[in-house]
Amino acid sequence: MEPVTRIEGTAVPLDRSDVDTDQIVPAQFLKRIERTGFGPFLFHEWRKDPSFVLNDERYAGASILIAGANFGGGSSREHAPWALEDFGFRAVIAPSFADIFRNNCCKIGLLPVELPQESVRALMDAVLDEPATRIVVDLETLSVAAPSVEESFAFDDFRRWCLLEGFDDIDLTMRHADEIAAFEAARPSWLPTA
Amino acid sequence: MAQTLAEPRTLAEKVWDRHVVHRAAGEPDLLYVDLHLVHEVTSPQAFEALRLAGRPVRRPDLTVATMDHNVPTTVGPVTDRTSARQMEALTTNAKEFDITLYPWGSALQGIVHVIGPEMGYTQPGLTIVCGDSHTSTHGAFGALAFGIGTSEVEHVLATQTIPQAPARTMAITVEGDLPAGCGAKDVILGIINRIGTGGGVGHVIEYRGSAIRALSMEGRMTICNMSIEAGARAGMVAPDDTTFAYLEGKPHAPSGADWERALDDWRSLPTDADATFDAEVTIDATALRPHVSWGTNPAQSVTIDDTIPEPDSFEDEAKRDAARRALAYMALEPGTRIRDIRPDTVFIGSCTNSRIEDLRLAAGVVEGHSVAKGLRALVVPGSVAVKLQAEREGLDRIFVDAGFDWRGAGCSMCLGMNPDILQPGERSASTSNRNFEGRQGKGGRTHLVSPAVAAATAIAGHFTTPEDLREVDV
Ligand code: SF4
Repeated sequence: MEPVTRIEGTAVPLDRSDVDTDQIVPAQFLKRIERTGFGPFLFHEWRKDPSFVLNDERYAGASILIAGANFGGGSSREHAPWALEDFGFRAVIAPSFADIFRNNCCKIGLLPVELPQESVRALMDAVLDEPATRIVVDLETLSVAAPSVEESFAFDDFRRWCLLEGFDDIDLTMRHADEIAAFEAARPSWLPTA
Repeated sequence: MAQTLAEPRTLAEKVWDRHVVHRAAGEPDLLYVDLHLVHEVTSPQAFEALRLAGRPVRRPDLTVATMDHNVPTTVGPVTDRTSARQMEALTTNAKEFDITLYPWGSALQGIVHVIGPEMGYTQPGLTIVCGDSHTSTHGAFGALAFGIGTSEVEHVLATQTIPQAPARTMAITVEGDLPAGCGAKDVILGIINRIGTGGGVGHVIEYRGSAIRALSMEGRMTICNMSIEAGARAGMVAPDDTTFAYLEGKPHAPSGADWERALDDWRSLPTDADATFDAEVTIDATALRPHVSWGTNPAQSVTIDDTIPEPDSFEDEAKRDAARRALAYMALEPGTRIRDIRPDTVFIGSCTNSRIEDLRLAAGVVEGHSVAKGLRALVVPGSVAVKLQAEREGLDRIFVDAGFDWRGAGCSMCLGMNPDILQPGERSASTSNRNFEGRQGKGGRTHLVSPAVAAATAIAGHFTTPEDLREVDV
């Protein structure tokens, strides 16, 4: 994976809470067997509404998505982060994320940035007010900066290190190959097998 | 008895601890995975990545695959080209990587969360993962079971392990006898309504209390299944005699001397008496009523006796906003009685409610009645085994005589990936787990209910309970 350190760009304000993965990419588009090409299906149904924020020309080219609480709930489909990434997003800022969605984002280098509700509100308002507002998300310093907002965020140390270095997770795990083998040798024989 | 020095632990902690392969400060625990379930939708990219990197599957013997999301539930070929391609990809991958596959057409095929338990793969104390959020279902057996994304599927295939950041524990205690007409589905819809769609985030929930103990394995699976709808990482129920009785004799359950050894081990799993949880919620089972969702997330529900809520009645702006949006999507007016809402479609199925017990219950309600005029009703067994069992019991006849469609096994109308979908604007009473916008087909409007309410609603043509039907009869 490419290392992720700093993301700078404009943002799309998606002012809704509980945005589930069925909205991010509906089930009928999950049939591809490739990892790429999901961008066109991002928020497929909502985009049919001309007034939907992703259709607003002023937000074209944004690399950051700002959303309400509990973003990414529902299905475990990694297709949701794939679609966001393929569309051009590099980070999602929200007050909270669903667990599996957050994991999936980290796996592909799409930064899930959790900020306090008030800071997300402030960023959302800034971007609603001025679509050209530039935001910097810095994983090295764990900070988000916009002209009107400065905020730090927490991020799991280990994940941060993996993202900053661009490590391959499987390689990282296989450093413990001996421990895995030892664990396997000690498993009870009655455990189920296919 | 000898004093043990060990800290009292919860069920979740015990299962977690015994699977730690590697632990280091500042790193997630590396957990061993006992069972990896695979289906056609979230696996192709994982296999492709293994192929590109030249990596084998580490433990094909701990990996089980089936097809469920895409499969048609009617007889005949798979007409959707892309669905067929995804199913073919799984066949090819299973062959290439030497993985056991129960493909479409196999007598053992079914929804991944239905076949795991019914074949006895799902057992107490295991770690179970699958590229599917409803993997939480398997927690009903006292397994630590959770959904993962496709990159994680690839990781598990390659290493048979998964790094996991520590989880918090939550006890949800449901005490008392459930009132007549209330079942496991009403318990979990009630819980989610109470704690919210984000209420369980970061937590492994353990469902406890007399109402949970009194449930069958099917009922416990229904509850654990929807843990993810509260945002939880996993849901669990401590194994007990109900669990053991369900498992005994299942094809992949231990047998002979192994069965005794397994039992000894499983009996050590329940939460220690003085263990503590990070969060606790108590629910009075006696106060529950059948639930019906009215919105576009599973927390937006009321009881069958209620009316559609007024968005302004919610305490915070985000909830008011979500309610307004949901009611607009659902085409519902505040104040409308739930019993006055008329679905076009009734769907009995999905990994939440498609097991034999669900079908028996629904058939019991339907027997001797007819589906309301103009209403489409379908029953989709969760697995071929459930279907065959139901047919042996004559349940299929009851459904068909009443005017239901009796289908083949699969996810079907739970999600819009196969031919069984709602048309735009159609309204369903569904025993599935998600009422998200477009979940059952674009523009479709989903009301989540129990099998009992679904069956009664199919007969009456509006939301109702089996008890109401009986009152009309006399
Ligand atoms: S039945 Fe529905 S929720 Fe269950 S695995 Fe299938 S699509 Fe997912």
